[in-house]
Amino acid sequence: MSAVNTAERSPLSAGPATAQRITPLGTVRHGALLTWRSLLKIQRNPEEVLGLTFMPLMFVALFVFVFGEAMMGDWRAYRDLITPGIISQSVIFATIGTGVALNSDIEKGIFDRFRSLPIARSAPLIGAILGDLVRYLLTVIMVVLVAMLIGYRPEGGAVGLVAATAVVMVFAFALCWLSAFMGLLLRTPMAVNIFGSIWMFPLTFASSAFVPTERMPGFMQTFAEFNPVTHVIDAMRALLEGQPAGEPLLWVAGWSVLLTAVFFPLATRAYRRRA
Amino acid sequence: MTHAIHVEGLVKRFKGNTALDGVDLTARTGAVLGVLGPNGSGKTTTVRILATLLRPDGGRALVAGHDVVREPHAVRRLIGLTGQYAAVDEDLSGTQNLVLIARLLGFSRPDSRARAAELLDRFALSDAADRAAKTYSGGMRRRLDLAASLVGRPSLLYLDEPTTGLDPHSRNELWDVVRDLVRDGVTVLLTTQYLEEADQLADDIVVLDRGRVISEGTPDQLKTRAGSQVLQVRPVEAARLPEAARIVEAVTGAEVRSGDGAANASVSDTAVLPEVVRRLDDAGVQVAELTLRKPSLDEVFLALTGHTAEPAPAQDDPAGADHTERTHA
Ligand SMILES: Nc1ncnc2c1ncn2[C@@H]1O[C@H](COP(=O)(O)OP(=O)(O)O)[C@@H](O)[C@H]1O
Ligand SMILES: [Mg+2]
Repeated sequence: MSAVNTAERSPLSAGPATAQRITPLGTVRHGALLTWRSLLKIQRNPEEVLGLTFMPLMFVALFVFVFGEAMMGDWRAYRDLITPGIISQSVIFATIGTGVALNSDIEKGIFDRFRSLPIARSAPLIGAILGDLVRYLLTVIMVVLVAMLIGYRPEGGAVGLVAATAVVMVFAFALCWLSAFMGLLLRTPMAVNIFGSIWMFPLTFASSAFVPTERMPGFMQTFAEFNPVTHVIDAMRALLEGQPAGEPLLWVAGWSVLLTAVFFPLATRAYRRRA
Repeated sequence: MTHAIHVEGLVKRFKGNTALDGVDLTARTGAVLGVLGPNGSGKTTTVRILATLLRPDGGRALVAGHDVVREPHAVRRLIGLTGQYAAVDEDLSGTQNLVLIARLLGFSRPDSRARAAELLDRFALSDAADRAAKTYSGGMRRRLDLAASLVGRPSLLYLDEPTTGLDPHSRNELWDVVRDLVRDGVTVLLTTQYLEEADQLADDIVVLDRGRVISEGTPDQLKTRAGSQVLQVRPVEAARLPEAARIVEAVTGAEVRSGDGAANASVSDTAVLPEVVRRLDDAGVQVAELTLRKPSLDEVFLALTGHTAEPAPAQDDPAGADHTERTHA
């Protein structure tokens, strides 16, 4: 009964503070454990990943079969055109979840519990982000599977698929810091969701995802051609078709570095303040 | 000897709102320190600073001699925290919640499982061990939360309003757990809005009001100061209330507050009761109700500060509303 707290308790006395620093290895260990937590959450909540991919799946089906013939005279050609767009769109939407999850963990006091433990301060953030990368990857796989179900067989084969996935994952990793920043800045998970959607929609639709940018009016074309999502999609398309993707890849790299350079420090600073 | 907790002149401001305005307090090693105060008085802020979650704007706080700002890591190794709201991961099972914390604290995999099982058993959660915590009742969540704070066998435990919102049964269970822990030598800092709870558990009490300590001492000292019980006399005829009040005042020597058709006076010695009854009888005042009850926090505050406990402007937890009922029970 009184076995709740037995002998091995650390004595309540001022001991040396030195031997208590967190080593880099400790940070890795704590980060890995908290990543395991994120993965457990995915595993226990598979409907969340399903829910996340539901919209893209609808998009694949609806866009291909509703607009396909009208847009390109052939739904198969349209399927091939928009599959990379829908992959990046769904992953970009998935990044909102990163901010939402961080926010609700903080609101519920779960991060307080972690922070009151003698573990690396950054570990909860690391665990949240790494776990989300897995979620993004699952999202990619889901959309690819559905596209393949309706006959999608890109020229670039498995190599192209892996390369295209890598491109969108790199970009999502950069973008997730923006989402994390918002999650740490805004008050409620709901607000994060709404704010996230506000910039996700123009970013994903005003891009080369569904129509070639040349078919857009002037100002929109300018925006779309500047939009990083357009470059992500263009790079993915090229890689999936087994063609050189040099220029769009450079754009993606540049945008990813820029987003990370701005929002990683902002997010980590907000994290230190709030969590 | 080093105190488990030593706090001097602690100040914390939130955007133009002073949450702590120079708090001093000391917790003796192995004892329970009760921090008693109404909503918004600064209890949670104090706990969060002591748990290294919040930096103070002034003053200093030492936990087992370690400064919470300069040596947060050393402090974290000693403490367990059960916050005001259960901080359990709802998607994870009870076991997973505890195993995660054990692993983070450096337990091996088998040791983590063993520790989790042991705590789940202790808190009567074994049957729900593998269920997601979101399926738990409020009381179960609280217990899991408390179990989580005990995984690392802390020598110092913070309990922030651990029984707010719990039914009397769960509350009594929790009180027993706290007593067990104290028997094992754990030092406890407990915040509460209920005088009764502080009285039941604490060895020492500090009373917080608007970010200041307004009174401190043992429960007995506090009750002597505030009156240990409240005598309430309600005459059948409301018109005779002033007369009844005069009699109560004359016998008890305490200040009488009249309201709601009844006269209330703090009494520390219940021996005055027969005398009050006799005098009322002599005067022919018919009494509808004559009761002795525990003073409410409001009455303690009135006695200590001359004003009643004001609820905080924001962040009132819904459970706070039931404290009147609770203390009168
Ligand atoms: N994060 C915060 N931002 C702004 N004000 C806060 C914050 N936390 C607490 N406060 C304010 O500080 C005061 C003390 O709050 P708190 O410590 O939570 O009191 P208690 O736990 O006793 O109810 C209250 O007025 C509360 O509104
Ligand atoms: Mg509080």
